[in-house]
Amino acid sequence: MNPRTKLILFRVLQAIPALAGVILVSFILTRMLPGDPAAYFAGPAATPESIAEIRAAMGLDRSLPVQFLHYVLDLFSGDLGNSLSTGQPVLEELARRLPASLELTFTALLLSCGIALPLGIAAAVNQGSWIDHVCRAVVTAGVSLPTFFTGIVLVYVFYYLLGWAPSPLGRLDFVYLSPPDVTGFYVIDALLDGDMETAWGAARQLILPATTLALFTLAPLARMARASMLQALSSDYIRTARAAGLREGQVIFGYAFQNAMLPVVTTLGMVFSFMLGANVLVEKVFAWPGIGSYAVEALVVSDYAAVQGFVLAMAILFVLLNLVIDILYTVVDPRTREG
Amino acid sequence: MQRRDFLKSAAVLGASTLPFIRSLPASAATDGVVVVAMGQTINSLDIHRTGTNRPSYQVAVNVYDRLVSFGTKSTPDGGLSYDYATIEPEVAESWTVSDDGTHMIFNLRKNGVFHDGSPITAQDVKWSFDRAVSVGGFPTVQMKAGSLEKPEQFEVVDDYTFKINLLRASKLTLPDLAVPVPMIINSKVAMEHATADDPWATEYLHKTPAGSGAFKVARWEPGQQLVYERNDNWTSGPVPAVKRVIVREVPSQATRRALLERGDIQMSFNMPNKDAKELSDKEGIDIFSTPVENAIYCLCPNLSFEPFKNKLVRQAVAYSVPYEDVFQTAAYGRGVKMWGGASATPSDIAWPQPFPYSTDLDKAKELLDQTEFKGGFEVPLSISLSQTDWMEPTALLIQENLAKIGIKATIDKIPGANWRTASLVEKRLPLALETFGGWLNYPCYYFFWAYLEGHLFNSSNYRNEEIEKLTPFALHKEVDDPEYAPAIKRMIEIAWDEVPRIALFQPALNVGTNSMTGYEYWFHRQLDARGFKA
Repeated sequence: MNPRTKLILFRVLQAIPALAGVILVSFILTRMLPGDPAAYFAGPAATPESIAEIRAAMGLDRSLPVQFLHYVLDLFSGDLGNSLSTGQPVLEELARRLPASLELTFTALLLSCGIALPLGIAAAVNQGSWIDHVCRAVVTAGVSLPTFFTGIVLVYVFYYLLGWAPSPLGRLDFVYLSPPDVTGFYVIDALLDGDMETAWGAARQLILPATTLALFTLAPLARMARASMLQALSSDYIRTARAAGLREGQVIFGYAFQNAMLPVVTTLGMVFSFMLGANVLVEKVFAWPGIGSYAVEALVVSDYAAVQGFVLAMAILFVLLNLVIDILYTVVDPRTREG
Repeated sequence: MQRRDFLKSAAVLGASTLPFIRSLPASAATDGVVVVAMGQTINSLDIHRTGTNRPSYQVAVNVYDRLVSFGTKSTPDGGLSYDYATIEPEVAESWTVSDDGTHMIFNLRKNGVFHDGSPITAQDVKWSFDRAVSVGGFPTVQMKAGSLEKPEQFEVVDDYTFKINLLRASKLTLPDLAVPVPMIINSKVAMEHATADDPWATEYLHKTPAGSGAFKVARWEPGQQLVYERNDNWTSGPVPAVKRVIVREVPSQATRRALLERGDIQMSFNMPNKDAKELSDKEGIDIFSTPVENAIYCLCPNLSFEPFKNKLVRQAVAYSVPYEDVFQTAAYGRGVKMWGGASATPSDIAWPQPFPYSTDLDKAKELLDQTEFKGGFEVPLSISLSQTDWMEPTALLIQENLAKIGIKATIDKIPGANWRTASLVEKRLPLALETFGGWLNYPCYYFFWAYLEGHLFNSSNYRNEEIEKLTPFALHKEVDDPEYAPAIKRMIEIAWDEVPRIALFQPALNVGTNSMTGYEYWFHRQLDARGFKA
């Protein structure tokens, strides 16, 4: 078998116990949350009887193992349950909100790679120069400014004061209708639909929140790019390459860059995963209907089905992400190709 | 260019440039669009459903009708408010109460129609009321407050005559028919979607309203927006002036404020006190801060715990609260002061009215010194993590002053999901902040929920024999009954003297508008778009 196929198969098999564990742990953890969802959803003027009625309707009067069995059986039939706080099936809600988060995260990641990698490399190549200082300043600012603060400042300057940015009202201004659902990414869907107007509207809405997130993620990427590039540049093979009289461009991009990419890809995977979580604050500021704010709100009201669905979706996403990173390694690092 | 100008000019630009117009051509006209931002989510279109949250009540108001409604009056600050003293026709054009007080007859409008064009009949009313008293949970509790408890009470006399058999004569029955809960549902449509497991069609009505109200729901994207479309054939009142109302969910307060100031939204609903205060002088923006009727933010000492069993200790705490600081810091001065009353006996039955306490540390110390807790004691002061905006500063200020009379309070923060169970259901917090407000605007209704032993909002575990007797006596009595006022005055007097609930201030509901009029305050504190003009 092709070593790469073998690797993928192995990774997928490895994911199965992890997912089973996530299902069990998320079930137990949500049950351990403080608060009584039945009392919460019964509303402020509820009587003990009405709370009991609601508890029965939610199935919370059954024993934990029975509840778990029902949950697992539902899972296998593709039913993640209903979220009580939003009143919608969890699966539907995740399917609508995950693309919103992913669209934002991918855009931010592209933006941040586009700035961080050249900056990090340039800083490493010209160590101690002005560009190195710029890199350091950007990195420091990036890590020290919390996202909600950056978000509010950007809204204040570019929307409130200058009026350049569109109103921070989520994925689309209310004058547009959401495009027909294909990928769930509004810009791409609108383009597929040939609706330039909506595509532009959706892209405009993305600019500020994506910038906010990108500023936040710039730091680890630029730092890692700089550090690993420095390390690569001081290696023996670079000295050899230089001694052999190779052109500087060839040395930097052909040899140093490719070797320096490995830790950067690892960092990229990590950054991506914590970005999905850290989205919450950005989502709040820009009224972005993403998955982070959904999970936080569900958690606050002990909405079991929604929390479990979120954790499960994230677990699957991470398994996929790790798979992609592993495959990327085989592309970047020749040693892994031998298996 | 402002958003609305853009919408106005859209008619000139034509359909191709505006996708929204492309899909909703009939009504997407040039004017009469109001965009509202709010911080919370609408999670259901059916108020009767289990788990429907407060912001969703607005759908019951705007999309459904009731038999009767409340009138409208002007408020001192130039705004509008519902008027609980007048009951007006809605689906019913007239009604009578039998002389012996055993039943009520409602005559429905002959021309009343639902959104689908079918007539509103007494069968629909009966089905809807049966549903409200049968589904359990909040709607059933609210119906019960008006002595509407079981389906047998509701009778169809003929298509346009509906009869309610009364369990007891009560002044609360008619106003309780005007709250959002007893809305009238198109029973023909609902029954088509009812199943054996779901006889009340809760799954269907949750996402698809079947009402007769002033607006229809054009679009509902949970977590994002709700779009109301005017019902041009509204039969229960004057057709609204605006064609469309877009309710957008914007969680961040700072963003809502920026949107309002820029004029991209016409209304920010339920603004924080701080923003209301700072924007109140800004040109082009109108701020309405309406004191929430029959509501008081309180500090509740729990009588199940030793130091607070002693009345003098409770009074000492009441004299040590820094009321003015709390009001300015926690409420930014929006609302009504509930301290510094002139006399220990009330002169009228207004409720809420200022309690006869004010900040007087010497007096507090003196009272405490008369008790066995002379040297002070330790107590946790509990607050909810989901209401920290006002509870945290309030608790800190109270903590500081309590320390001055020797009471060492430690602040105990309880997660929002736990708060209700701890404070109201189990009533296990020794000293806590509390926010009850009654929908039906009568003092006896407040006392019923907050001062009777075992009742939900009596988080102080208070019991007083006289109040236990007077409250049920006053609850169903007419306000002009000669025995009513003396009973209420006595109840207030006891509540002041024994202070199981220490009133801090009456909160306000803040709404900001920009280039629109017609905002009306309602006791349910949710958006009523029917009177909007833009």
